[in-house]
Amino acid sequence: MWSWLHPYAKTERAYALCNTLLPWFVWGALLTLIVGTVWGLMFAPSDYQQGDSFRIIYIHVPSALMSMGAYLAMAIAAFVGLVWQWRTAFMTMIAIAPVGAVMTFISLFTGAAWGKPMWGTWWVWDARLTSQLILLFLYLGVIALYKSFDDKQQAGKASGVMALVGVINLPIIHYSVEWWNTLHQGATITKFAKPSIAPEMLWPLLINLVGFALFIAAVSAVRLKNEILRRELHRPWVIKLLSESQQQGDNHRAV
Amino acid sequence: MNPRRQKRLLAVSAVVLVIGSAVGLMLYALNQNIDLFYTPSEIVDGKNGAVPVVGQRLRVGGLVVPGTVQRDQESLAVSFDLVDTGPVVTVSYNGILPDLFREGQGIVATGVLQAANHIVADEVLAKHDEEYMPPELAEQLKGIKHVKPGDASY
Repeated sequence: MWSWLHPYAKTERAYALCNTLLPWFVWGALLTLIVGTVWGLMFAPSDYQQGDSFRIIYIHVPSALMSMGAYLAMAIAAFVGLVWQWRTAFMTMIAIAPVGAVMTFISLFTGAAWGKPMWGTWWVWDARLTSQLILLFLYLGVIALYKSFDDKQQAGKASGVMALVGVINLPIIHYSVEWWNTLHQGATITKFAKPSIAPEMLWPLLINLVGFALFIAAVSAVRLKNEILRRELHRPWVIKLLSESQQQGDNHRAV
Repeated sequence: MNPRRQKRLLAVSAVVLVIGSAVGLMLYALNQNIDLFYTPSEIVDGKNGAVPVVGQRLRVGGLVVPGTVQRDQESLAVSFDLVDTGPVVTVSYNGILPDLFREGQGIVATGVLQAANHIVADEVLAKHDEEYMPPELAEQLKGIKHVKPGDASY
């Protein structure tokens, strides 16, 4: 497995991999997000208690779940970076961080917009909401710590440790609704029992989950490509790549 | 794996493990304080041997006992009973109830304990469960007839 994985420690191979995967991520995300969102918002039945207000679930749950998924991916990248000291690992970590932070913000925002009409309040300091807010601060902390170093390898190490330590928050977020009594209800789909949501409501939700995952992957891949180019500007392969695209641009303009 | 990597792997794992267990212990110690609300039986019988005192500000969470919702005809004042598995606690409230408020619904009310089992609330929040289904299915499964909040009879 290592011999298969190891070449991607090199920035050139990682860049090429991003290029190969990117179209799949982009088109997959576009397709699933359109199908899932239209199905969820227009064709899924309304809820017996909450009526049409429940439809915000098609944004809220995928963003919340994927904010945690993105954090885990970021932490794994940090772990690889700390132990094996791949340069691409820390680049991946910092490529994912802002995307995950935005996902966390979307989940908090849609949650507040959902909470006001249903619960009767925008915000309550229960364990689920508070731990998700901490996740946002962890993301922001990782980004801020990374930006505060001039030496990017040092920056990667420092913020990598922070990202890793923050993983402890993930099980806390997930189990908060079981361990303590909270205003937030329990898990609907992320449990080992049958999902407590009708199948015709569940399908668009699952499709949107895939869509959000692909969307995060797509944006992170673009960010990783940029990060690699920025850090490797002096390398021969980047210079060659840039001069090639420059020529192409000139040709386009000439046509 | 070469020795240097092995050393780094150990060091990183140790740091994560130590901080993880520290956070775990902290949460375990804080366990009772992280709960958002008291249940009605905790208010009457006490929680870990401590009964909330009259005059204390607290949150109570329970199910609205069917048939106990009393509305004042002249104002927004309303009172209802909450229950979990044991004793009943009465909540008085003056204000607009959330849309999801109905008999049998989970409610979290914030207020001041007026008597051993009476709370004057200044905020009433509705809790809902994690189940989502179309109205027809709910009627079939649970015998719940969907009532639009505007058409509620109480």
